[in-house]
Amino acid sequence: MRTAELKNQTTGMPAPPKKTKQHITVLLVLLLVMASGWQIGFSLEELMSGLPNMWDLIVQLIPPNWGYFSQITVPILETIRMAVVGTTIGGLLAAPLSMLAARNVIHTSWVTIPCRFILNLIRTLPELLLAAIFVAIFGIGPIPGIFALALFSLGIIAKLFYESIESIDPGPMEAMTAVGANKIKWIVFGVVPQVTSTFVSFFLYAFEINVRAAAVLGLVGAGGIGLYYEQTLGFFEYDKTASLIVYTLAVVLIIDYVSTVAREKLT
Amino acid sequence: MIEFKNVSKVYPNGTRGLKNINVKIEKGEFVVVVGLSGAGKSTLLRSINRLHEVSDGEIIVGGKSITKAQGTDLYRIRRDIGMIFQHFNLVKRSSVMRNVLSGRVGYHATWKMVLGLFPKKDKELAIQALKRVNMPEKAYMRADQLSGGQQQRVSIARALAQEAKLILADEPVASLDPLTTKQVMDDLQHINQELGITMVVNLHFIDVARKYATRIIGLKQGEVVFDGPVENATDEMFAEIYGRPLEEDEIMGVAR
Repeated sequence: MRTAELKNQTTGMPAPPKKTKQHITVLLVLLLVMASGWQIGFSLEELMSGLPNMWDLIVQLIPPNWGYFSQITVPILETIRMAVVGTTIGGLLAAPLSMLAARNVIHTSWVTIPCRFILNLIRTLPELLLAAIFVAIFGIGPIPGIFALALFSLGIIAKLFYESIESIDPGPMEAMTAVGANKIKWIVFGVVPQVTSTFVSFFLYAFEINVRAAAVLGLVGAGGIGLYYEQTLGFFEYDKTASLIVYTLAVVLIIDYVSTVAREKLT
Repeated sequence: MIEFKNVSKVYPNGTRGLKNINVKIEKGEFVVVVGLSGAGKSTLLRSINRLHEVSDGEIIVGGKSITKAQGTDLYRIRRDIGMIFQHFNLVKRSSVMRNVLSGRVGYHATWKMVLGLFPKKDKELAIQALKRVNMPEKAYMRADQLSGGQQQRVSIARALAQEAKLILADEPVASLDPLTTKQVMDDLQHINQELGITMVVNLHFIDVARKYATRIIGLKQGEVVFDGPVENATDEMFAEIYGRPLEEDEIMGVAR
């Protein structure tokens, strides 16, 4: 009786879409994951046998060496300064480049396409690689780190920024054409006031990322706290490593929090 | 003030926007352009300050050919032409004051404008313009805090601060309700009568057109099918411009 009723209800309805496509997608993803694992020789067995080692390490990390905190305040501050200077340089370069890459600001494609190409190229390079290259050029210290962060944040900010420039209201730009503004006045009065707060927001976002990135740059000799990670790990001083982790975590959390609050206020 | 000489416009896809337009508009006139959507009203209006390029013919504005002007000459001619848009085209995040001041950018050196250095006289002009549209108290509010009608009046103040000799208005009341329509159109009328600024306005509503215009130009498929004083624009004439009898939605009810 029940089934008969249900049948009656479903007659006249279009047939439900076939799920073959979804099933095939899931299968393909699974195959890809398994193939990748097999290629790199992943084995659960090795993972299990490594677990006790991991436990040993955690035991040695606790408790952190509290006395070490006073010694690493200087390199932590250096890391933050690197991020500040690097992000600022990157942001200053990103602002004009994004304008040149935005198709609704510059209508000639022989300007926008090369700009986009350069920005895409910069973004493909990971910051650690950039730092390694700059260390080779400028030698060990915070300077190569700053340059690496500048280029890295240029990539992030410019990409986000030119995409948001392209989505602004064309109305004010049209109005500026109508009042007889030249291209520079047109940009300053039609485009800039519409994007200033988004730009500051992206800048802060890049700064958050850069503080985290700056913490590892020391591994390749590009200044900051990373150098101390390498040293303490190398000398098996895991209590000191723990101090570094706790300190970095605290600083990153505070900066993330402040920056997030600031970005929320901007909209 | 404005002269169209054999002006035609053909869009890249082959549609003809304007067909051989020959119109002369004198100083101080209040011209309303009517026609169905797609008849070429907006194209006609925007060719006057060259927001749209024409394909053929010449347009003279204030004695100078805007269709031939380049660079600084073009900016100078545009500086004398204010424009009011359907969607107001204000920077919503900026203050009313800054929006009105942006009408002045054509008068000053680029570097001063980049630094935002407007002379004191400009600020006085902006306040005067805001007083004329009855909203000086809103000067330091953000534009997006205002209602649609208020935003449109700010854009009128921008055109006034610009010291335009001619104002083009492209469907200035199409996104406003009847009451604010009356306020905005009254503002335009006062400016026309008291300051002698020439008005060219595109309108969809026939009763609004009749109430405010001194002269009506009817467009149909890119051609001028009527051009004469408002008294001659009878219902029959409008029926011909629209190609059919008048419908409810072409009458707003402001004039009644």
